[in-house]
Amino acid sequence: MDGSEAKKYVWEGAIPLQIHLHESEVTTLPAPPPALVLGPRNGYLPLLIPLIKPHFSSTLPPGLDTVWFDYKGLPLKWYIPTGVLFDLLCAEPERPWNLTVHFRAYPSETLSPYEGEDSVKWSFINSLKEAAYIMNGNCKCVMNMSQPDQLMLWQSVVKGDLECYTRIFSRLKFGTIGEGRIPVRLYLRIVSEKLNDLEDLPPISSWDEIRYINRPVELQKYGVCSLRDALESLLPELFMPKSSMRDLRMREKESGGGPSGIKSALGPDDFEVIKNTGDEAEQTHNIASTEVDSVESSCLKLIRIQGIEPNLDLPFSWAANHLKNPEHILHICLYILNNESQI
Amino acid sequence: MASPCDGTLSPTEFKFAAEALMKKWEECKSILHPWIWIPCPKLPFGAPDKAGGYLSLEHIHHFEFKKQQDCIEQKYSEEEVEALDSATLVLSGENETHYYNFHIIYSTSYKVPVLFFRGYHQGGQPLKCDEVEKDLPLYTSKLLEESKWTFITQEEHPYLNCPWFTLHPCGTSEWMRLLLQQRLYSSRPEDLCSHYLVAWFSVVGQVIGLWAPLNLVHCSSSSSSSDTFCSHT
Repeated sequence: MDGSEAKKYVWEGAIPLQIHLHESEVTTLPAPPPALVLGPRNGYLPLLIPLIKPHFSSTLPPGLDTVWFDYKGLPLKWYIPTGVLFDLLCAEPERPWNLTVHFRAYPSETLSPYEGEDSVKWSFINSLKEAAYIMNGNCKCVMNMSQPDQLMLWQSVVKGDLECYTRIFSRLKFGTIGEGRIPVRLYLRIVSEKLNDLEDLPPISSWDEIRYINRPVELQKYGVCSLRDALESLLPELFMPKSSMRDLRMREKESGGGPSGIKSALGPDDFEVIKNTGDEAEQTHNIASTEVDSVESSCLKLIRIQGIEPNLDLPFSWAANHLKNPEHILHICLYILNNESQI
Repeated sequence: MASPCDGTLSPTEFKFAAEALMKKWEECKSILHPWIWIPCPKLPFGAPDKAGGYLSLEHIHHFEFKKQQDCIEQKYSEEEVEALDSATLVLSGENETHYYNFHIIYSTSYKVPVLFFRGYHQGGQPLKCDEVEKDLPLYTSKLLEESKWTFITQEEHPYLNCPWFTLHPCGTSEWMRLLLQQRLYSSRPEDLCSHYLVAWFSVVGQVIGLWAPLNLVHCSSSSSSSDTFCSHT
C-alpha cells in the first residue's frame, strides 16, 4: 500500500458507536433507545454531540448541559482522539462500541472543563503548536496562520475532509518528517502476565492505570530507524528479556538504583549482549510460546496505532508520516505484560 | 540541543536551575513558603526522566500573595493601584479564603519550565475558572479576555492526572532568550543556567500575581556553588 492510500484509510477510519443515555438522566418511560453513530478515528467525542443530542433531548431533565462520555464507568478524556480511546480501552475491539453519554454532573475533578466545540478546537490547535515546536524549534507557522485558514483547517478535521486539510496544510510550511524530533504520545496499559486472552482483561477503572508518556522520538541523520528502534529509544527496557531485566534490577539495587546505577553496573558491551539475547528470545518466542522458563519474551503484548497492529520492522518515519493524527502527533497504544518491578 | 543561550533547558539543567531557585528563594527570606522539589515516580521500562521531579509551592493563601503584590504595585506604580478593583481584595481576602498550589514542571516538548497552578477553597473544593480569573491581577484578566485559549488554559497535570491551570509555554524560549541575552557574554554557562529559573519566575510570577521577592534576581548571583554541576549534556 502506498503512503497516500494509507493516509486515506486512516482518515476514513471510524468506529461504530452505540451511545446510551445514563440512567440517572432518563426522565421518560420507556427509556430512549441508544443512538447509533459513526465516530471518526481522527475526531473527538464531543464533536458528535450535535448528532446525539436531538436523539435524547425529549427525555433530558431541565437544566444546563455539560456533555461527557464514559466507558464502563471510566470518564473519557475528550481531548484524546476517539480512535486512540478505542484502541486503548477496548483490548478486544467491541463493535459497536457501547458508550454512555451524560448531560449533567460533569466530573470536573478528573476531566479538563469542556466549554463547547471551542474547547476541542483549541486543544487541537495547542497540540498542533506543540508538534510544530518539536519539529521546527518554534511554532511560528501555526501562530502566523490566518484566521480563515485556521477555521478551515479545523473544519476539515471536524468533517474528516482530507483533501481540504492537505490543501491548507501545504501552505503552512510545516517541517517534514525525515530527521530530528518527531512528536509521539505513548499510552501504556499494563496487563497481568497470567492473562491468556485479551478478552478477559478487566476494564480500566481509573486513568491512573494508564501510563502516559508525551515525548518526542529523536531520529538520527543516518540509517533507517524502525518502529522497534523508536520504541526502544523511548522505553529502553521494553524489549529486554525478563531474565536480564531481573538481573538488571538486582544490580540496580546493589548499586543504589536509578538510571545512572544501570550504566555503572553495565558497560556498553553488556548492553549489546542483552539486546542480542532479547531479539533472539523474541524470535524464538514467536515459534514456541509455550515454553515459559527456558525462553523469555519481551514484555510487549500488543501495539496499536490507528487500529492497526503494525510490524515492528516498519520504518518509523513511514509510520509517523502516514499514521499520525491531524495534529501531526503519532499516538501509540501499548499493552505491556506486568512485571512487578515495573509498576 | 537545549541550551540557556537559545532560551531552552535540558532536563538536567532544569534540575540544576530548580536547585538554584530554591536556594535563592530561601536566601531572600520570602514571606511565602519555600519551594520544594518533588521527585517523580520512576517511568516504566527504563524511560529516561532526567529532570526526575518538579518544583512545588503549596497551600499559599491568596491574600498572602495579593498583599505582597499590592504593596509592590503601590511602590512602583501609584496610578495603577487606583485602577485596581479593591472589592476583589476584600472578598477573597476576608470573606472567603482561597488557596493556591504552584508547580514548575519541565516540558520535554518545549524544553522549558511550565507553570501549573490550581486554586481551591478552604474546604479543598477546586476553584472554578471564573473564580480563579477574579483572583488574578487586573492586567492578566485583561490579557485573558483577549486571548482566552492560548494564554492560560486548563490542562492535565503531567504527573497527577487531573486538570490544572497552566500558562502556555509556546513563547517561553523566545522571551527567555531575550531575557538572558544581556548576561550571555558576561556569564559562565553554569551561571546562566542557575539564573534561568529566577529570571523565568520574575516574569511568570507577575502574570499570576505571585511576585518574586524583590531581591531574588539580584541576590547571590555571585554564588558559584554550581561548579560541581552543569555537565551540559
